[in-house]
Amino acid sequence: MKVRAQIGKVLNLDKCIGCHTCSVTCKNVWTSRDGMEYAWFNNVETKPGIGYPKDWENQKRWNGGWDVKGGRLKPRMGGKWRLLSKIFANPDLPEIDDYYEPFTFDYSHLQQAKESQAFPTARPRSLVTGERMEKINWGPNWEEILGGEFSKRSADYNFEGVEKEIYGQFENTFMMYLPRLCEHCLNPTCVAACPAGSIYKREEDGIVLIDQDKCRGWRMCVSGCPYKKIYYNWKTGKSEKCIFCYPRIEAGQPTVCSETCVGRIRYLGVMLYDADRIEEAASAENVEDLYQAQLDIFLDPNDPEVIAQARKDGVPEAWLEAARHSPVWKMAMEWKVAFPLHPEYRTLPMVWYVPPLSPISAAANAGQISVNNNMPDVRSLRIPLKYLANLLTAGATEPVALCLERMLAMRGYMRSKTVEGVVDEGIARAVGLTGAQIEDMYHVMAIANYEDRFVIPTGHREDAEDMFDERGSCGFTFGNGCSGGETKPNLFGAPARKKLQTPTEVF
Amino acid sequence: MADFLNHMLFGIYPYVALAVLALGSIIRYDREPYSWRSGSSQLLRRRQLMWGSVLFHAGVLVIFFGHLGGLLTPIIIFDTLGIPHGAKQVMAIIVGGVAGILAFAGATLLLHRRLVDPRIRNTSSFSDIMILALLWLQLALGLGTIPVSMDHLDGHEMVKFMNWAQGIFTFQGDASSYVADAHIIFKLHLFLGLTILLLFPFTRLVHMLSAPIRYVWRPGYQVVRSRKLGVRHG
Repeated sequence: MKVRAQIGKVLNLDKCIGCHTCSVTCKNVWTSRDGMEYAWFNNVETKPGIGYPKDWENQKRWNGGWDVKGGRLKPRMGGKWRLLSKIFANPDLPEIDDYYEPFTFDYSHLQQAKESQAFPTARPRSLVTGERMEKINWGPNWEEILGGEFSKRSADYNFEGVEKEIYGQFENTFMMYLPRLCEHCLNPTCVAACPAGSIYKREEDGIVLIDQDKCRGWRMCVSGCPYKKIYYNWKTGKSEKCIFCYPRIEAGQPTVCSETCVGRIRYLGVMLYDADRIEEAASAENVEDLYQAQLDIFLDPNDPEVIAQARKDGVPEAWLEAARHSPVWKMAMEWKVAFPLHPEYRTLPMVWYVPPLSPISAAANAGQISVNNNMPDVRSLRIPLKYLANLLTAGATEPVALCLERMLAMRGYMRSKTVEGVVDEGIARAVGLTGAQIEDMYHVMAIANYEDRFVIPTGHREDAEDMFDERGSCGFTFGNGCSGGETKPNLFGAPARKKLQTPTEVF
Repeated sequence: MADFLNHMLFGIYPYVALAVLALGSIIRYDREPYSWRSGSSQLLRRRQLMWGSVLFHAGVLVIFFGHLGGLLTPIIIFDTLGIPHGAKQVMAIIVGGVAGILAFAGATLLLHRRLVDPRIRNTSSFSDIMILALLWLQLALGLGTIPVSMDHLDGHEMVKFMNWAQGIFTFQGDASSYVADAHIIFKLHLFLGLTILLLFPFTRLVHMLSAPIRYVWRPGYQVVRSRKLGVRHG
């Protein structure tokens, strides 16, 4: 056993209102730069839909994630030789049109237009070529709230094994939001696929980062990542990805997307896992077993044996304490209401999702609603159980059904308690929980106070740097040393960067 | 005057080019690691790159190692192995010719794409276009030497170039005299080749120094780094 800690994340889709605040705040902080206009480290998709980039879940097309052949894990793109053979031209790489060609509008025309009969308009212009775009054909959120024809949206891979035709009818339609970001996987394919070895997982907090000085732009990571959450910056020729706001995490603050989430759907907490069993878990024969396999390598932070080993492996005390109060542990392990996104990719993702409840379907409404313990059967909900299972458990419906039942039970229990004044332990027992657990669930998932959502121990920077050397040094710069980032376009073709201005220079 | 020019271009210039190549690359690697990249434009336009890039790289790799081995392998080794110069000349023409045609076809596709496709054209730097154009020209010149070489299949011309290249690397002051009476097309090819070496550190060509060979024997698939001082991981 080798104990490692990671800051994991859970998104409670039941509460996501699709407002895109996470995407926009993330974009403003991290990707509002040349070459990254098209990249969204965090984006929110409306499901069912083909998503961003188009059809990203279709691994037959993109070859992302892992394959198991003869019990051995191998990237779907192929082993090392096979991968290197694609280096000159990568057949598995999306083109920018699969995301969307970034654009802006000629806003200044609105101010400068001469008097005319028709109102002046701001026409679109490509941010890649700078040329006029006559028609914008796709954008970062083109399918927003079921935009577009069902026939196109229903190419959604999660419809596999679902009779999808009836969901195209107005009466039977359904939708949900799916905010997506880098999964900071335990077994990341991007790391495995990087020929330069520039992508790595941090031992301390599990954050997966790209060393920008070591990245050579071989762009294999873009294909390797089955979630398509690595973006090639066409301006700098380097790949970039969600950095899990590590400067904030190190300071004990939640990521920007989590901090600004108005629906309070995001949770951050420490998970302990057995690093020695990652490969074993990821190689489970049957894809439906992968969810359980990942649960099996999470370690109980209250187990004295785990604590002793964690101390030996150098996990700081504050992290062990945080692990014992981790909301992620509660939702993933205790209540079993959170699931990994597409465990069948075998990357062991660490951003998990609570599936959404939905209204009773029209079909069930028309006939008799099957009720059981005052609760509707989760199979009569509008969002097909199989659809959620394809998204979260590689197709196994039982764990998702139990989760939805527990969420319904939480509502039933609390309604009974607060409206009727009756504490009904029976409701809790029926779904395998206790009343106390349900109250805790209610507290964390429904009330969702800031300190319950984010339990983040600070990083130990004193271990990473000799603080004596840091004294009086400059902070973060783009330049060489303390040069203040004044890197003009130079002989070596480095891109121009904005010169930092100190306050004294401004006045 | 012709001797002087010949000495400047093929006796002095090679050292200038090689010194800039070495020092420029080292300084860039050290001072501007962020700019060290292959500069792929596949994301912006896949069309024409798939064939162009594969043909170009495959051809150029063969040509590069062919030139490296062919020019710098000491002549005594060929003599010891009993490979006659004529045979080597014919092999060079055949292998180099085939690889050259592949690379030239690829470079043509890539150059056309770079100049004509608005996405690629507008996102290219001056150096991107210049170096590709020079490589294209160099490939054309290289292919242009083949008809000339057909006139002396015994390989005595080729031996001159081997002596020249090896003379440069062994610091023989009169190395340039070996190529003094070579056909003009060879001289152009040599001069442009040296110029490409000179420009190398200032262009995207540096990515070839980072060819990810080590990936093949990098242990396992995963990379974990610890920030703790003094802790090293695979």
